[in-house]
Amino acid sequence: MRFMYIVTSPQPMQAPTPALMEAMGKITEREIKAGRMIDNGGLMPLREGARIAIANGKLSVTDGPFVEAKEVIGGYAIFELRDKAEALAMAKEFMQLHLDYMPGWEGICEMRAMIGHGTEMSGDEKAAILAEAIRA
Amino acid sequence: MTAADIHAAILAAWRIEQPRLITSLSRMLRDVPLAEELTQDTLVAALEAWPSSGVPERPGAWLMATAKRRALDHLRRGKMLARKHGMLALDFEREQQAMPDFDASLDDDIGDEMLRLIFTACHPLLSRDAAAALALRMICGLTTEEIARAFLAPEATISQRIVRAKRTLSESGLTYETPRGEALAERLASVLEVVYLIFNEGYTASRGDDWMRPQLCQEALRLGRVLVGVAPREPEAFGLLALMELNASRAAARTDAQGEPILLLEQDRMRWDFVQIRRGLQALGRAQALGGEGGYYVLQAEIIACHARAGTADATDWSRIARLYGILSARVRSPIIELNRAVAVGMAEGPQAGLAIIEAIADEPALRNYHLLPGVRGDFLHKLGRHAEARAAFEMAAALAGNRRDRDLMQRRAREVP
Repeated sequence: MRFMYIVTSPQPMQAPTPALMEAMGKITEREIKAGRMIDNGGLMPLREGARIAIANGKLSVTDGPFVEAKEVIGGYAIFELRDKAEALAMAKEFMQLHLDYMPGWEGICEMRAMIGHGTEMSGDEKAAILAEAIRA
Repeated sequence: MTAADIHAAILAAWRIEQPRLITSLSRMLRDVPLAEELTQDTLVAALEAWPSSGVPERPGAWLMATAKRRALDHLRRGKMLARKHGMLALDFEREQQAMPDFDASLDDDIGDEMLRLIFTACHPLLSRDAAAALALRMICGLTTEEIARAFLAPEATISQRIVRAKRTLSESGLTYETPRGEALAERLASVLEVVYLIFNEGYTASRGDDWMRPQLCQEALRLGRVLVGVAPREPEAFGLLALMELNASRAAARTDAQGEPILLLEQDRMRWDFVQIRRGLQALGRAQALGGEGGYYVLQAEIIACHARAGTADATDWSRIARLYGILSARVRSPIIELNRAVAVGMAEGPQAGLAIIEAIADEPALRNYHLLPGVRGDFLHKLGRHAEARAAFEMAAALAGNRRDRDLMQRRAREVP
């Protein structure tokens, strides 16, 4: 089963401490050498990007420096793991590193199974998504 | 949390840490089979302690500390034995002194240890079945039960297989080698064979089979990724990885709603996994950059890549496939490869050209009971308007078919001949 991890934290984005970078580097290396990490990436600060939003029937573009965001995505990783229990254990380990090496940091790691890689949506789930799309 | 939940959580935490556990122990003990045993013991320890104490905040650290403690106990016992026999315990002393720096150097060496593990598990001295079980155990962290389910074998059989394999390695003194350079290239063939065996076992699983069976494809892919990580200059390792990624990319398109297989040329290509195809093509590119063009796995990957690159069945570059089969056929004398070449040549140059190849292999003993030989011949004869012969060929194919589905298909083709 394939899982994506998306890490968000409050603005302004803090750079990881050297200790955290080193600890994350070790986990990354372990996961690559174990053949479990498929992809990963850090994202440039929001300032370098943009937000394209739809609200009240209108499309608007806000350039990076002007985006007012309380939380921002820092990075993502994709792993091939046996099951949800493994994915949870991985996520907890990753977040524990933040607790250990960057005290005071707060944030969220969202763990999502990727569709189609050992996970098929049930007929009910597909119907629900379709129904929502039609309603919207 | 139910007992089953706790068990799953413990197993998951152990599996996450397992690569570091086994590589650390391997390095400490200089003994791969022993490292495997103590890694398993560490799992047992967690299964005994955590249901009551709870899963620790840092499960990896707990597991590693437990594993190291067991390894040190083992080394100390060895040291006592050595003293008993009046041997110098200098080596063990040095080992103990090296411990404090151990963690730092391991992180550089995890690749080295992984290399040792994978080449030890797939040692040519072991049967391929034994090597497969050992590799799945040591590199992928599968339990005996999971391996047994994957190979449709009794758990006791797999257990015995692993015990015997470890004993064979210990008795032959092959507990801690480092194949390098030429030796690595030679030993690579065994490793590739074992990994490919695991992949094919998973690939031929049918819908409705135990979930562990198709999961074998993922485990083989994982082994393939580990392998290119530890042998980054070996083109055939990249070739095998490419072959597996490209074949696995069609997983969602291979069966219909009833679980019946769909032929490649009839699959809905929108259901192919393009990310996996991209990775497969990247691995193939790497293999070619390393000079691996004529390799056995690289050639097979190249053939599958022709299909992967075609947006529709009609866009398939059959000439290229025919050419590749020609090279493969020259390298590996195999009537089955010639049969596949005949199909490709038939698509590229017309049924007469394809038929010529079929006629050349008509008497091959290996194909005597292979239904696709008359099946493909029937197809060519039909296209050439030789209807009576075509019908006879399809009927022969139906008679030789090994299962209902193939028989039905051949009978249908016979009926469709005017």
